[in-house]
Amino acid sequence: MSLYDWLLFLHVAAAFALVAGLAALGVLVFGGDAPAMRRALVAPGIALWNVGGIGVLVLGVGLAIDVDAYQPWDGWILGAIVLWLIASGVGGPLSRGLRDPSAALAPERARMLFVVAAAATLLLLVDMVFKPGA
Amino acid sequence: MTLAAIRPGDWNLPLLVHVGGAMLLVAALVVVAAAMGAAVRRGDGALELTRLAYRALLLGVLPAYVVMRAGAEWIVSKEGVDDASWVGVGYSTADGGLLLVIIAAVLAWRATRRGDDAPGGLGRAVLVLSGVLLLAYAVAIWAMTTKPG
Repeated sequence: MSLYDWLLFLHVAAAFALVAGLAALGVLVFGGDAPAMRRALVAPGIALWNVGGIGVLVLGVGLAIDVDAYQPWDGWILGAIVLWLIASGVGGPLSRGLRDPSAALAPERARMLFVVAAAATLLLLVDMVFKPGA
Repeated sequence: MTLAAIRPGDWNLPLLVHVGGAMLLVAALVVVAAAMGAAVRRGDGALELTRLAYRALLLGVLPAYVVMRAGAEWIVSKEGVDDASWVGVGYSTADGGLLLVIIAAVLAWRATRRGDDAPGGLGRAVLVLSGVLLLAYAVAIWAMTTKPG
């Protein structure tokens, strides 16, 4: 396998982990935050969200450097970085609120943060597939 | 440095449907594994977690499978790569995986009927099947991204 193959495989695998973490957090936000569900889903959800988030960014920048046709300052890549920052920005307080019951967010705020994180993640996927301007 | 393959524009929507469905499929399976893993380990809340795993299989994994599989047919028809070995890996994983998903859903449903106890052997079987499916899908992601052969 070439460096490109490794970077692409791990970049896509990280994106799968990111979405899996988001889904686990979404079950807690929308499916009722019972203690048993919190114990089962908070740790894997936050771990997958964090590892996936760092993975897609680092490996994505690595791909942009490795591939001749792309540059890290291309519009669709900069757009992806902005969407990543939005998702990470709302994912932080959402994760903290779910991890620590004493710092739990109001349900409406948790739902709002989750919807923003999910929308930014969906737009990231659309941007990665369509590569507008590439 | 690598030369990237540029896709024709009309491949993008089918690819988005396929990849989006696959991501939701894996995400729902992770919820199944986490919930059933916790239900098997702990007594309190075990029934609630077993029900969550069953609902995630029925309302998450199976619909996502349909979206992923429909997207796969759509993108294969656009690319014309039916006989490529990496596409074969995808078909084998998807079609074999569906059988395991259906078995896991039936076992999870049976586990929810046990009452308030831990899901026992049925829950452990669902957990093992979820792990096998996640490993198989990791291989499929590798095949789809690196396209060996």
